[in-house]
Amino acid sequence: MRRLTMILMASSWICAALLWGGIVFAADTVADEPKHPTGTQQVVHGAYLARVGNCMGCHTTKSGQPFAGGRRLSTSFGIFVTPNITPDKETGVGLWSEEDFWQALHQGKSRDGRLLYPAFPYTEYTKVTRQDANAIFAYLQSLPAVSQSNPPHDISFPYNFQPLLAIWRALYFKAGVYEPNQSQSEVWNRGAYLVQGLGHCNACHSTRNVLGASQDDALTGGQIMGMNWYAPSLSSQLEAGVGDWAIEEIVALLKTGITKRAVASGPMATVIRQSLQYVSQEDIHAMAVYLKSLTENESGNAPGVSFSVMSGSLRKHLDLGGQLYEKYCQTCHGADGKGMPGIYPALAGNRSVTMKSPLNAIRSVLNGGYPATTTENPRPYGMPPFQQILRNEEAALVVSYIRNAWGNRGSLVTAVDVDRSKGGEY
Amino acid sequence: MMRCFILLVFFYITGVANAHGGTPVKVPDTMAERVKACIICHGAEDKVGRDAYYPRIAGKPQGYLFNQLRDFRDARRYYQPMATLLENMTDEYLLEIAQYFSALQLPYPAPEQIHMQPEEIKLAERLIYSGKPEKDIPACSACHGDILMGVEPAIPGLLGLSRAYITAQLGGWRNGGIMRGQAANCMSEIAQQLTDEEANAIAKWLASQSVSGKPSPFNVLSSELAHRCSQTILENGGEK
Ligand code: HEC
Ligand code: HEC
Ligand code: HEC
Ligand code: HEC
Ligand code: HEC
Repeated sequence: MRRLTMILMASSWICAALLWGGIVFAADTVADEPKHPTGTQQVVHGAYLARVGNCMGCHTTKSGQPFAGGRRLSTSFGIFVTPNITPDKETGVGLWSEEDFWQALHQGKSRDGRLLYPAFPYTEYTKVTRQDANAIFAYLQSLPAVSQSNPPHDISFPYNFQPLLAIWRALYFKAGVYEPNQSQSEVWNRGAYLVQGLGHCNACHSTRNVLGASQDDALTGGQIMGMNWYAPSLSSQLEAGVGDWAIEEIVALLKTGITKRAVASGPMATVIRQSLQYVSQEDIHAMAVYLKSLTENESGNAPGVSFSVMSGSLRKHLDLGGQLYEKYCQTCHGADGKGMPGIYPALAGNRSVTMKSPLNAIRSVLNGGYPATTTENPRPYGMPPFQQILRNEEAALVVSYIRNAWGNRGSLVTAVDVDRSKGGEY
Repeated sequence: MMRCFILLVFFYITGVANAHGGTPVKVPDTMAERVKACIICHGAEDKVGRDAYYPRIAGKPQGYLFNQLRDFRDARRYYQPMATLLENMTDEYLLEIAQYFSALQLPYPAPEQIHMQPEEIKLAERLIYSGKPEKDIPACSACHGDILMGVEPAIPGLLGLSRAYITAQLGGWRNGGIMRGQAANCMSEIAQQLTDEEANAIAKWLASQSVSGKPSPFNVLSSELAHRCSQTILENGGEK
């Protein structure tokens, strides 16, 4: 159990799927883009900010009307259903004022005063300036009104109890617009504003406590609740910290989803497809500057544990994995684990493979996947799923192998780990 | 969270996989290379045994394939392993994939050996070639083509599919369940009119035919039937 909040985000992608009495609907949309806003400068700017905040990602079902809500976000607390935020007077936010909207985004309060669940990442959006919030509101109000009532949330006791939410807020939520750090550059501050605020990276990339709060603002990594993916720490070089990357490379990862040493998969691919690929060059550059600074001064890459020479039985064990690798994986990832840059990711020296949590690596092997289709990478190559081919024990062997071949090192993976990594969307 | 096994392995010289200097990966810039993730299930070879359920997709009308890909991606048709792969693809890319598979020629599998009673055969053939007017079921061949190999651009062929797969598809529409029952179209309406017995007989019969030929051109479709399926076929292959 961990944090609600972002879960939802995650959940965004997760959706209730099977958990939910067999009805499956996930949501997410590749649905039509709403038409380009025609109105004022403010509306155009608001449309851009809504992209950065990825409001549509959560507030639209798969193949549903943009911003009309209805997407189900499943979490350990129950299922949240996103509301309609088109300007329909009855079922949407047509009657809302700018001030009502500010209360929601900044304070996490609905128009009628009800406290909102942090499944809506107002815990991050609170850092957004009033001016930007107004622009987003103007954009939402310029959309076609869609009349669509969505079902209520289905939250389990005691999480459906509003006073509990009040306590949670007292403990974990602090409203407040982003305050620039005077000792840093303007670019750095812009990046921090976007990453901590609208970009709501923390919604996934942080540890979560029991009630679903982000522990802090540190982007320390965490398993996404309800989603069965691990969002690695952006503030550790052992995980997804980018302190030793060139700025251009960070920019390329965020914009295109793939670089020579990393590929964004699963929920992160969706974030890139729905949001980051549209972020302006200037803003994405600022985000990269800020992200880089989080681990810039961290040096050591060595994990704290060391171990002597491998025992013979261990080596045999890994050899079995090596045979599977040769049979199923080598054509793409190469005998040397170097893959093909920009097409098939290298597994040698890849932190997503060696990270302490083997969850994502296991999921990649079980489910396969394609990197996000983006303007810069419109025809990605794919990885096949192996769930239907490899038994749990075999998947464990091959993952253990890639975690320890070519100079990689990581803990061994068991069939039980593999079994636990199943389920959830993606 | 993910507790994994503890042993941290470290090795210096002993590396299991110090198989350096293997052949470097060569990656052709082709669609065939890009859809390798698909043909692990939809490939030509090894279509027996537990793989029997995977439907063939090569050579089917492009509009039909495109519709299915969008439906899987957008949760109108349910199969999680494919939804995962398609999740972040644009319509343009799906169309290109549909084009690729539509143009692909693969040998057809041998017909399944299925024992059928003479009455069952008669029942199946009557539905397939004459329909059942009292239930408003046109002949399957009126839409799926004389030779049942489909009609361009959006009606699939019915041959070369396994009995298990056909039964599951008809069942999905009839139960209105999650598999394929979410979006009503001309086919789901027809499937809902079939009895269990009829659906079974049809699935057995279709799976035991040998296959040859290509999809028929659109103009074989009567205007009435085209109209009935307009939602699926006309709008550029199927925006819902
Ligand atoms: C991670 C998913 C997620 C994202 C991203 C998201 N929302 Fe929401 N939003 C929700 C959920 C869930 C609720 C319902 C919370 C509740 O009812 O307590 C909600 C509620 C709201 C509400 C309150 C509606 C009401 O009737 O009280 C507004 C307004 C809103 N969101 C606007 C936005 C805007 C603007 C953005 C983008 C800047 C955005 N949301 C992004 C999940 C999300
Ligand atoms: C919906 C949850 C979610 C959100 C929101 C999210 N991420 Fe991620 N991110 C993930 C997951 C899960 C992974 C691990 C998968 C992977 O490695 O691609 C990841 C991986 C990454 C990686 C490492 C990629 C690699 O393979 O080295 C970076 C960098 C990153 N995210 C940056 C960001 C930034 C910046 C934001 C905010 C703009 C953000 N993420 C928002 C879930 C999320
Ligand atoms: C047809 C080519 C192909 C084959 C075969 C293949 N992969 Fe992959 N692999 C890819 C691609 C493409 C990606 C990027 C997928 C994504 O973005 O979701 C990938 C991603 C991965 C990742 C995640 C890397 C990261 O940075 O997040 C792992 C782990 C992995 N593969 C392991 C394997 C193993 C183990 C096998 C054999 C059992 C295998 N692959 C077979 C193409 C392939
Ligand atoms: C894990 C195995 C698997 C993988 C990988 C896979 N598919 Fe499928 N595919 C299936 C199954 C099973 C069905 C039938 C689903 C059902 O019951 O409706 C199917 C159905 C289809 C259909 C509909 C066929 C019809 O006649 O209606 C198309 C089109 C298709 N797949 C294309 C693809 C493409 C393109 C890819 C790669 C991006 C892919 N599939 C990857 C197993 C797979
Ligand atoms: C009015 C035209 C029409 C008639 C008559 C018709 N079909 Fe269909 N059928 C379609 C269309 C259109 C589709 C594609 C549906 C989609 O896109 O999901 C289809 C799809 C199918 C499929 C799915 C094939 C696959 O590869 O997944 C099967 C099986 C099928 N029909 C069987 C039948 C049978 C059996 C009959 C006769 C009882 C029949 N159809 C009569 C129009 C028709």
